[in-house]
Amino acid sequence: MRKTLIIFFFLISSNIAVTSSFSAEQAAKPMSPGWSFKGFFGTFDRASLQRGYQVYTEVCASCHSMKHLSYRNLSQPGGPEFSEEQVKIIASQFEVRDGPNDDGEMFDRPARPSDNFVSPYANDKEATAANGGAYPPDMSVLVKARKGGADYIYSLLLGYDEPPGDISLDDGVYYNKYMAGNKIKMSNPLSEGIVEYADGTQATEEQMARDVTTFLSWAAEPHLEERHKIGFRAIVYLIIITILVYFSMKKIWSRVESEV
Amino acid sequence: MSDHEYTPSSKFGKWFNDRLPLLTLGKHLTDYPTPKNLNYWWTFGGILTFCLITQIVTGLILAMHYVAHADLAFGSVEHIMRNVNYGWLIRYVHANGASMFFLAVYIHIFRSLYYGSYKSPREIIWILGMIIYILMMAAAFMGYVLPWGQMSFWGATVITNLFSAIPLVGESIVTWLWGGYSVDNPTLTRFFSLHYLIPFLILGLVVLHIWALHVPGNNNPIGIDLKKPSKDTVPFHPYIVIKDLFALLIFLIVFAFFVFYSPNILGHADNYIEANPMVTPAHIVPEWYLLPFYAILRSVPDKLLGVIAMFGALFILVILPWLDTSKTRSAIFRPLYKQFYWFLVADVLILGYVGAMPAEGIYLLVARVATAYYFAHFLIILPILSKKERVLDVPLSITEPILGGSVSASAVRQKKDKL
Repeated sequence: MRKTLIIFFFLISSNIAVTSSFSAEQAAKPMSPGWSFKGFFGTFDRASLQRGYQVYTEVCASCHSMKHLSYRNLSQPGGPEFSEEQVKIIASQFEVRDGPNDDGEMFDRPARPSDNFVSPYANDKEATAANGGAYPPDMSVLVKARKGGADYIYSLLLGYDEPPGDISLDDGVYYNKYMAGNKIKMSNPLSEGIVEYADGTQATEEQMARDVTTFLSWAAEPHLEERHKIGFRAIVYLIIITILVYFSMKKIWSRVESEV
Repeated sequence: MSDHEYTPSSKFGKWFNDRLPLLTLGKHLTDYPTPKNLNYWWTFGGILTFCLITQIVTGLILAMHYVAHADLAFGSVEHIMRNVNYGWLIRYVHANGASMFFLAVYIHIFRSLYYGSYKSPREIIWILGMIIYILMMAAAFMGYVLPWGQMSFWGATVITNLFSAIPLVGESIVTWLWGGYSVDNPTLTRFFSLHYLIPFLILGLVVLHIWALHVPGNNNPIGIDLKKPSKDTVPFHPYIVIKDLFALLIFLIVFAFFVFYSPNILGHADNYIEANPMVTPAHIVPEWYLLPFYAILRSVPDKLLGVIAMFGALFILVILPWLDTSKTRSAIFRPLYKQFYWFLVADVLILGYVGAMPAEGIYLLVARVATAYYFAHFLIILPILSKKERVLDVPLSITEPILGGSVSASAVRQKKDKL
């Protein structure tokens, strides 16, 4: 019976793997640089998250919104863990529209930590129009919204290349080996030294791609560290209680001449 | 329900029980004679009850925070994931709980198929089970729509469009289902309402399912009628309770692994993209548990016939007790049926696989053959087997494995005992 179960699970899981394994035509298989947040005890690299936020805010945020995050998230445990003071300063650099005030008027004020990330465009239509007809997707859950997750985002950022001879590109379209169809409307966003890291890390393309992907992975799954921690405890607890129940069961069933 | 008198020991207990015999019911449930040779495939009834309650409790909490509105639903799910205390845990338990529920129900159904648990006198239990299964699919489908991601929206569009295949009134029915001329806010709000309702319908049917089970009692691996209570049975408590608990805990370890370490592996990445009526995903794929039926639907070139085939694949299960009329229940004593049973398991897995693939080329061909085989199993193979198969000798009891009996012989013996 155990064998059948194993086969059953195998079939089910291979079925699932297959379900989610097609979609990208001609696209190269994403690179797997290895991430600290994978695995049973995976946690985010704090410094990388902080650098990743810098890349996001200085490069990506000019087109990509992140509307489901608040500035306060940046100081929460399990994230970049900026200090609350730093977050206040970060937030105050953005302007939000608030109101109406007692005079019934809308007004602009500096953002507070409780505000959501300010979007670069007023709405999706404006974002699309400003980017040659291609909507720059919101990045809040982008890592979860792409097959391949962090590996895919990382690869895409480093996947810009000269197009092979047989491919002709229109204006504002770029060649990327990891994009489905190999054509992308986002120009290569990263170039060496485009940001200057506060902690002195060399801002190579690989480094920035790694940092910003780490940041986006946290943004998509801000409770990942807590989830891994609770999950480990839950499973250890379940295994212990399962063993105890197993021996109780053996004891109870020893009263009858039957196997369990 | 109970065939023995029960008198509570306390005075208040007696007073209460005379007015509402809850204590008699409790006594019936704990004493309920259960075959002692039940294997672990029989533990999935308890596991399924647990799954249903888990879905209701987590769903109740999610509904406190979720907003059923086309513009707000996606954001409210993110709000649950980010800002609600342990909202991520509750949502991941609910989302993966649906998959676990289906995993358990498929094992439960295939156990019933293997051991002939749908046969007389348990047809009503089987039919109630099938209604529960169909309602589960409806609930799961509508639940998948609620996060209002791309797969939610387009899945809803594809599935509701099936009804347009109905001649003459199809288009009107679809408009009526949508509450408009496309899947939109009215569709979302009614799906939310129905998604909240269906689990309670299922709960009521589960009570009937168990009630109907307690009339003839459990089937068992050798599929014979038992004298109850007897040496062949054990009381439900503590024997079955502890065994079900053990199996449930093993199941929970698997469940926890999904929830904590790969919570999104069973879902589709596209559902983290907010619904957009202007952009159709490259491949619209239902959740894994619906794939075999999706494959049947797509394998028929005609839309109406495809829909009929898909619903027929379910209906054929409902009438199964009258398609397989063999008196021997358990596949253990039906050598041919046992082989065809495994062919059917393979067939359904193949259908699930091709259901996930694009409906073209070799996949379409395989889907067609597998669909034809699925129907042939129930409409041709089972009726022929019922008449022609040479079954092995069935023991007369569990404790005294005397061969030479058969289900009918043991029934005769039971009648004699009663006389």
